[in-house]
Amino acid sequence: MTEHGIGARVARKEDKRFITGHGRYTDDINVPGQAYAFFVRSPLAHARINRVDTAAATAAPGVIGVLTGADVAAAGVGGLICGWAVTGKGGAAMKAGAHPILAHQKARYVGDHVAVVVARTYTQARDAAELVEVDYAELPAVIDLATARDATSVHDEIERNTVYEWELGDQAATDAALGNAAHVTTIEITNNRLIPNAMEPRAAIGQYDVGTGQHTLYTTSQNPHVARLVISAFVGLAAEHQLRVVAPDVGGGFGSKIFIYAEECVCLWASKKLGVPIKWVAERTESFLADAHGRDHVTKASLAMDADGTFTALKVHTTANMGAYLSTFASSVPTYLYGTLLAGQYKTPAIYCEVDAVYTNTAPVDAYRGAGRPEATYLIETLVETAARETGRDPAELRRRNLIQPGDFPYQTPVALAYDTGNYEAHLDTALELADYNGFPARKAEAASRGKLRGIGLSCYIEACGLAPSQVVGSLGAGVGLWEAGKVRFSVTGKLQVFTGSHSHGQGHETTFAQVMASKLGVHYDDIEVFHGDTDQTPMGMGTYGSRSLAVGGSALANAADKIIEKGRRIAAHLLEASERDIDFANGRFTVRGTNREKTIGEVVFAAYVPHNYPEDLEPGMEETAFYDPANFTFPAGTYVCEVEVEPDTGTVEIVKFTAVDDFGKVVNPMIVEGQVHGGLAQGIGQAMLENAVYDPASGQLLTGSYMDYCMPRADDVPSFDVSTTETACTHNPLGVKGCGEAGAIGSPPALMNAIADAVGTRVSMPATPEKVWQAIHGSAVAQAAE
Amino acid sequence: MSEVSFKVNGSAVTVDVEPRTLLVDALRQNLGLTGTHVGCDTSQCGCCVIHMDGTSVKACTMLAVQAEGSAITTIEGLAQGDELHPMQAAFRDHHGLQCGFCTPGMIMSAVDLLQHNPKPTEREIREWLEGNLCRCTGYHNIVKAIQAAAGSAVSSPMAAE
Ligand code: FES
Ligand code: FES
Repeated sequence: MTEHGIGARVARKEDKRFITGHGRYTDDINVPGQAYAFFVRSPLAHARINRVDTAAATAAPGVIGVLTGADVAAAGVGGLICGWAVTGKGGAAMKAGAHPILAHQKARYVGDHVAVVVARTYTQARDAAELVEVDYAELPAVIDLATARDATSVHDEIERNTVYEWELGDQAATDAALGNAAHVTTIEITNNRLIPNAMEPRAAIGQYDVGTGQHTLYTTSQNPHVARLVISAFVGLAAEHQLRVVAPDVGGGFGSKIFIYAEECVCLWASKKLGVPIKWVAERTESFLADAHGRDHVTKASLAMDADGTFTALKVHTTANMGAYLSTFASSVPTYLYGTLLAGQYKTPAIYCEVDAVYTNTAPVDAYRGAGRPEATYLIETLVETAARETGRDPAELRRRNLIQPGDFPYQTPVALAYDTGNYEAHLDTALELADYNGFPARKAEAASRGKLRGIGLSCYIEACGLAPSQVVGSLGAGVGLWEAGKVRFSVTGKLQVFTGSHSHGQGHETTFAQVMASKLGVHYDDIEVFHGDTDQTPMGMGTYGSRSLAVGGSALANAADKIIEKGRRIAAHLLEASERDIDFANGRFTVRGTNREKTIGEVVFAAYVPHNYPEDLEPGMEETAFYDPANFTFPAGTYVCEVEVEPDTGTVEIVKFTAVDDFGKVVNPMIVEGQVHGGLAQGIGQAMLENAVYDPASGQLLTGSYMDYCMPRADDVPSFDVSTTETACTHNPLGVKGCGEAGAIGSPPALMNAIADAVGTRVSMPATPEKVWQAIHGSAVAQAAE
Repeated sequence: MSEVSFKVNGSAVTVDVEPRTLLVDALRQNLGLTGTHVGCDTSQCGCCVIHMDGTSVKACTMLAVQAEGSAITTIEGLAQGDELHPMQAAFRDHHGLQCGFCTPGMIMSAVDLLQHNPKPTEREIREWLEGNLCRCTGYHNIVKAIQAAAGSAVSSPMAAE
């Protein structure tokens, strides 16, 4: 390991600008002559739009134009799409309702964008928006997941509000095993709805250059190339070669900035129509209303086991809320990122899963940190813990008995995935030791002497990351390939510019990718600069989500570096008058094997650009691009242990210790990886204890639409964490890496909820508010008496 | 429009603003000081924290006209030339930031904490940060950074464990 290479804890390159206030986020960019957009949003959850009267707003001071869904329809602008066509039972096609960039004829959730006002200043736009009069005819709001399929249609043409009814696995084998089981544990469980809340709200600047016909969109995106593709091919606002999408510094995403949203498209479309660049920055209220939400599942599931505690079958039925429109990746989340993960770390031989996806009059629901995998993990790990309690087994030992063993890899699960490698017992053992699991009974007794209820809970998670092998996802209905591209360019003086299709919005790619390049090419870390986020500057890309950047984007860069080395080898052989076969490359030096004759990579690069003495049949220059399509998903896994103390008089839960042990494969920068885990843990703890997006079931109003109502984890809500790693290298990518971005959010909710259940003796639903915990302790009879 | 004069990062400035203009908008738009961020509309995220006359305030919670005659420091004014403020250096050295959006407010808030309480405990740090949201870091390394800036012995995430 070199000082700045793979495996080193290196301070981040990007930090200087962020700690000095010189980051450049979308709202920090201003384009000469820019006007401002403000959206008129539906105050009703479900309504026909009879008429939109824009006359008064159009006449207001500073207003340049007011545009509505009717204008969008008249202009023939296309709609937003869901890029993953999930096929339901019996080959039934998914039902995707139209998703116009401004609502037309019908508004489908509170916050649906009905019109846009463009004015010289932001305050003028905002003031004028109040003058837009919309005549709505209110319809019943479809909010409750359980009754949504018997309610009014959210999309008139789609029956029973059903997007799809999907299944996976062997129903007959699963039913048979359930029938023969010694014990069956059945639970009903809700995975609460969350609002992602990246600290930077979404923002956009749309710009059209009349002279060149070029469009530019600055936007808060996790995947600018995919935005360009969708806006070009489906919304139809510009030809792909005439559209530049720039995602500069982006203040967090967690999935919510993967998607192609209406407001950004409207800015681009209106900028051409009205002849001015247009800026829009979401107010936080708009983020709550109109960013895609996450999770929102209701599930019933049964786990069967034989007399000695070996799992024999798992049967799952889930209803997944898709909201009012299908967002970009929404359909894949409760299917290919959920159903396929239901084996967890266990050798359950028979699994059958059904998922019904339904429309409601709520904001669209799509991927949020973990996306489907937290839902799967929460379900499995709650079932296992409940089964252990029901049968009087130690939860850790019940898990151990059923783990897939190192000798079983590659392991084909009954739900489509083939795990390449892992050692689940290694992180289980490490976590139990770090958490002092064996010492827990003594701590519980000590806590009891102080009147506190102490509990311990485990979670053994697995996730499928490194999205994704293109042929596999193509066969499952994905509309795109999920490769990644990388370009490595030496300058004449031997400095390195690295271009990636991945996008960093907090993950630290500028550092991690530079470390990979420093190790591969022997160039000093300080002489490497990583570029991302501008479709005109970088090669093609599929963006950042699904913990894919290093496993897929980093692998593309590693392969591009290998091409550089191969070319360098030919040049070095020529310069050293040796055979190419005899040239070794290590630590930035090409050496003739067995001699001390060598050329540094800097000398070779110089020769490539100043090819005075150069192989005759070789192109000059030193710049290589590689596209990398993974052979399989990667499978990070880990064991989390949470210990809590509950105050029985108030129901408050204190996390006294949180231990996370993860297997991410090879780790490039342990400091960054630990930071990713910390952040994921806090989001998972937020889901488990604090966060919940609530719509009024009758009116469809979002009741948790601000930081006063939606409880974000604050510094005093979470503990310090004890995180460490074990390692089995991924077998199929050149770096041996698996991805670490989502693990914390996937593994932590069940560990915490299991700890609370252990403390109070019964399951509590998420978020485990003091009120719910208190009721669990004191029983509903006491609760009623208290009312 | 109203004229407001105050000092920012040591320089005297005068801006012409609507009476309803928030201080954060005057800083960002009139003065181009975009290091101070806006993360909410209910005064709860702390992305906008600056110092006014030496004390941390949320710049989204004041009108620009209320800044008349004051001395303001923003994140851009914290370092002395190329020399980072110890709190900035601590955030970098302890990986106290990821996306960087909350970071200016966090740093300004943390600097003020140490003015009040030079040796805060972990609990005191966490309680002080009540008004600052971070969605990326889980606060773990922010707390470590502040402890380090306060001179407490903290294991550096950059030292191999
Ligand atoms: S912008 Fe959120 S508190 Fe000021
Ligand atoms: S570093 Fe992203 S919000 Fe704090």
